[in-house]
This record gives sequence, structure tokens and C-alpha cells, in this order.
Amino acid sequence: MSSLEIKDLHASVVTDEGAKEILKGVDLTINSGEIHAIMGPNGSGKSTLSYAIAGHPKYQVTSGEVLLDGENVLDMTVDERGRAGLFLAMQYPVEVPGVSMSNFLRTAATSVRGEAPKLRHWVKEVKDEMSKLDISADFAERSVNEGFSGGEKKRHEILQLGLLKPKMAILDETDSGLDVDALRVVSKGVNDFKASNDAGIMLITHYSRILKHVQPDFVHVFSEGRIVESGGPELADALEESGYVRFTGGKQEEAAAR
Amino acid sequence: MTVTENTVPAGSADHNTVAEAAEATVPAVSKGERFTSYDVRAFEVPGGREENWRFTPMKRLRGLHDGSAVANGEVKVDADVASELRVETVGREDGRLGVAGVPSDRIAAQAYSSFSTATVLTVPKETKASAPSVIRLTGPGEGNTAYGHLQVRLEQFAEAVVVLDHQGSGTYADNVEFVIGDSAKLTVVSVQDWADDAVHVSEQHLKLGRDATLKHTLVTLGGDLVRISPTATFADKGGDVELLGLYFSDAGQHQEHRLFVDHAVPNCKSNVVYKGALQGDGAHSVWIGDVLIRAAAEATDTFELNRNLVLTEGARADSVPNLEIETGEIEGAGHASATGRFDDEQLFYLQSRGIVEEQARRLVVRGFFHEILMKIDVPEVRERLEAAIEAELEAVGA
Repeated sequence: MSSLEIKDLHASVVTDEGAKEILKGVDLTINSGEIHAIMGPNGSGKSTLSYAIAGHPKYQVTSGEVLLDGENVLDMTVDERGRAGLFLAMQYPVEVPGVSMSNFLRTAATSVRGEAPKLRHWVKEVKDEMSKLDISADFAERSVNEGFSGGEKKRHEILQLGLLKPKMAILDETDSGLDVDALRVVSKGVNDFKASNDAGIMLITHYSRILKHVQPDFVHVFSEGRIVESGGPELADALEESGYVRFTGGKQEEAAAR
Repeated sequence: MTVTENTVPAGSADHNTVAEAAEATVPAVSKGERFTSYDVRAFEVPGGREENWRFTPMKRLRGLHDGSAVANGEVKVDADVASELRVETVGREDGRLGVAGVPSDRIAAQAYSSFSTATVLTVPKETKASAPSVIRLTGPGEGNTAYGHLQVRLEQFAEAVVVLDHQGSGTYADNVEFVIGDSAKLTVVSVQDWADDAVHVSEQHLKLGRDATLKHTLVTLGGDLVRISPTATFADKGGDVELLGLYFSDAGQHQEHRLFVDHAVPNCKSNVVYKGALQGDGAHSVWIGDVLIRAAAEATDTFELNRNLVLTEGARADSVPNLEIETGEIEGAGHASATGRFDDEQLFYLQSRGIVEEQARRLVVRGFFHEILMKIDVPEVRERLEAAIEAELEAVGA
């Protein structure tokens, strides 16, 4: 049983013009076995929340706490957070030329598990996970994310989720840019992960369509850098009906244009 | 079709990537009209402001450029070659010497005017060497100066892999000739793994016969100042040259690679890929890529690329591609050059998967060189280079 507690989190983005506050007091607790959907318009700070928790150098936490099983992850380096059991499936996975996917996956698994997985088991494990996500075997020898389509990148993020088995997974707009078939495959990957691991999931999304495949336990509306309303799955339906306008004070257009 | 591109480094990190995409410049004087001579007296002593010398720290040349560096030592040449090959030590008067090219700067001419004996390695016609051949050149020792000359000649339809392995201390200037006969095929890797004090200035003359193939790789790791100038020329149609380079410049090191590919006949190909990493205060790399496509060189296909990865503050990479095209009837011609700092986005991505920073950095640098290393088809050399890169990364604690 694990928990991720976010307490009054404030964070700024570091730009050439100075720091600009994006997160303005986020409070949220996620327990193992729970899926929390974070929904909000573009520019509301959803992605910043994911990056701040993962420790991206561009974002500076100015106050608040993020506790994973009581340990403050904000005191940890990025890789320590990964080894502590945090995982971020990125909206735009980064290309690393010349580093093969298989080398990368094995290095990551070795880091997270604390020892190199036995080769024979590992090969089978990777193969099984890849076939579940309809990833062809030749991807193993390609450079990390290089030349992958948007959908291929997202599948590889979920592949890592299945192999690294984190305690808490943050999925940042994993559904964006996916066609219907890819969305189904990726959603199944997320559901399989949840079914076979006692993990918590923060599912960040702009649209409600992924929630038809991945059933959330809680839905939170994110606006202007914080959670403005929380509820059950029915809240997503309400958003589908009426949009974000009533939570953003009619500023949806402005927010979306940012 | 003509393609000219200047690219900035790959990766989405526009906020932390400092790109110095080099401007393509057409030199004031065409490369085709450059002065060459075997006689050192025909050259003026360079002052350092000349185009050819403007990146080189002249004071660190120890007088190689002005005649004050008098030979007082020898470079030891050890040849461990395949049994089908012939190794000779010959005098200056040997008529085969100097056929691959004429010295184009004062130091090359000084070396040509000063060497006492030359080494000639011959691969007889229609012979395929059964194993890679290694020629080890050991410097004259700290405080000593030597001049040398080496020729590798492949007769027609010959095939060989040759490794030149430079190591040791001292000051050394030489000319190296690769004479590749019709339809012959040569793979050469020249490793400059000098001790920290060494100064090495070399002109390498690559001359390809009809339908000849050359894969030429320069690897520069050591030395205080290393300046290598490979010039590729085609004696007849159908030549195919691939020029690869890998360098790792540490604090205080000056590593300069000046390439010139002279397309004067039709239907030849050239492909240049050089990659360098720099770390430490005063590390300086210079890459000059001159390609000239003369009016007669129809159906030429050429591309050149230089990438530099600056790992720490205080290091500097200069990269200057020059492309001169005198005919429109070509297959393709282009170049790309980029210098970038370490990509924080790549580091973040790898670290977020639990990989410690030090290991993540190594993965990225290894990945950067991967393209070149994979093309070095001499396993012993490739393994040694992989180990050398690891050692370089250890040294800085990256």
C-alpha cells in the first residue's frame, strides 16, 4: 500500500524573463489502486504538475510538499525519484540518438530493481510486454524514440510502465495524438498494469475519451494552477457536456490560446 | 539537385541548447587555386592570420612552421602486417614517393623537405590482405623533433585494412600518402593517441584510382596540439571516399581536422562524417570541411556533416564547412554542421527512469559516437575506442 501526497504545491517555470508561477497550491492524495483523472484546459498547469513531481530542472518548486509513502520526493534527485517508485509517462517522450531501446530498457530496469534482471527471463519479459502493446520486435534495436511516430512513442512509454512497475504512475496526456486503435491498445496496457500491480495512477488529460477505456475512481478539474473541483467519474461526463467554461470563469478561450 | 543545410542540434531543448550552426562561407580564394609545393622554401612563414592558420595556436607549434624545429630524433615505425603485404624502408630518391599529392602548407612541405627515410607499404595487385595491418608510430620522445613520410599503396584490385597507431611523446610532422589503384579497396583508421605533450602536424594525401573505394577514419584522442589535413583527390571516374572522424578534446588540447575533397572528375562520391566531444577548460576543436566540385565533375554526389558535443564550460568548437560548386550537373551536394551543449532533456528523460546522472551522461555520449563507431569495421580498433571513450568520461567524472 503506497500513497502520494501533494500538499499546497507551488511551482514556477524558469524562463529568460524570470520565474513565473504556474502551480498555485495543489492538494491531492493518491493511494494504491486508485486512478485519479486530472482534467483541465490547455495552459492550466497540468503538465507542470507532472514535471514538478518528476523533478524537471525547468520547474522550481517554491513551496509545498510531495510525499511518497511519507518521504519527501522534492529532496530527491530525478533518478532517486524514479528508483523510489515514481514514473512519468511523458507527453513528448525525448529522442536519445544512438542508444538502443533494449539497452535503455535494461539499464532502467537494472536501476529501478537494484540488480540486473536475469537475461533469459528479461528477454521473455520484454517480448511479452511488447506483444501486448503490438510493438514489433525490431523496435528493440532502434534508438530510443528516434523516428517513432507519436503513437509509437506513447506505446513505448506504457511499455516502460509495465516493465518498471512503479508505485505511482503519472500519465501526462498519454491519449493525445492516438488514433482509436492505438488508444485501445494503450488503455489496455494501463489497465493491465493496474490489475497486476498495486499502484496508483494520475491520469492527466484534456479530453474525456480515454476515460471511456480507463475507468477513473476520482476526477479533478484543474484550472489556473490548482484543483478547483473534485468528484467521481460523473464529473467527467459533466465536463464532456458543458466544457471547462464554468470552472475557468469564461476564460477558456484565452487559456486554450496560450 | 543541390541541397545545402545548416542544422541545429536534434532534440527539443531549445531553451538549453546553445547552437552555433556554422555559416557556409565561400572562401575569398577558391580551394582549387591553393598553392602547393614540395619545397619548403616556396612557402612564406605563416604568421597565424592566414585562412589556413587562423585557428591554430602558432606558439604551440614549436617552430615546425618557421624552420626553427630541427630534427633531432626519429619516429619509430613498427609494422605488423598481413603476410601478403610488402613493407620497405626507402630513401628520399624513391620515385614512388609524392605521387598522391603535393604539400599544401609550410609544415607539410617542411616535413617533405626534411625526412630521411620513408616507409612504403604495398598491397600487390589482385591481393586481398588476410588480416588487418597495423603500423605503430612512436614519437621521438619529449623535447625531440622528427619528420617522417609514409606511403600505403594498393595496386589494382587489391584490398586491405590498415591501422596507423600514433603514440608517444615529442614533436612530429609528416606526410602520409594513400595511393589506391583502380578498383582497389582500402579501409584505414588513423589513431592519434599521443601523450599529453605531443605536437603532431600531418597532411594525409588520399588519391583514388578509377572505381577505387576508400574508407578513411581519423580518431584523435591525445596530444597537446594535433592538426591533420586529409586531402582526397580522384585520378579517374567512379571513386568513392568516406571520411569519418571522431575526436575527444580535453582541457588544454587543440585538435584540428582540415578536410579537402577535390572533385575534378565525373561520377565520384564523397561522404564526410566527423563527430567530436569536448570537455574541460581550453579544450579546442577545429573542423574545416572544404569540398570543391569542379566544372568537369559531373554527377558528383557529396555530403559532409560535423557535430560537436560540448560537455563542459570553457571548451570551444569551431566548425566551418565550405562548398564550392562549379557545375549544376551533380547528383547532390550538401553539408550540415552543429555544435550543441549537453541536452538536459535527454538527461531528464533517462534519469526519470531511475538511471543515475553519471550513467545517463555516458549513455548519451556513447550514443552520440555510436554512428561513427559502428562504421569502424575493425573490431579490435572499435573496442579500443569504446574503452578510450569510457576512460575520457571517467577522467572528467561525467
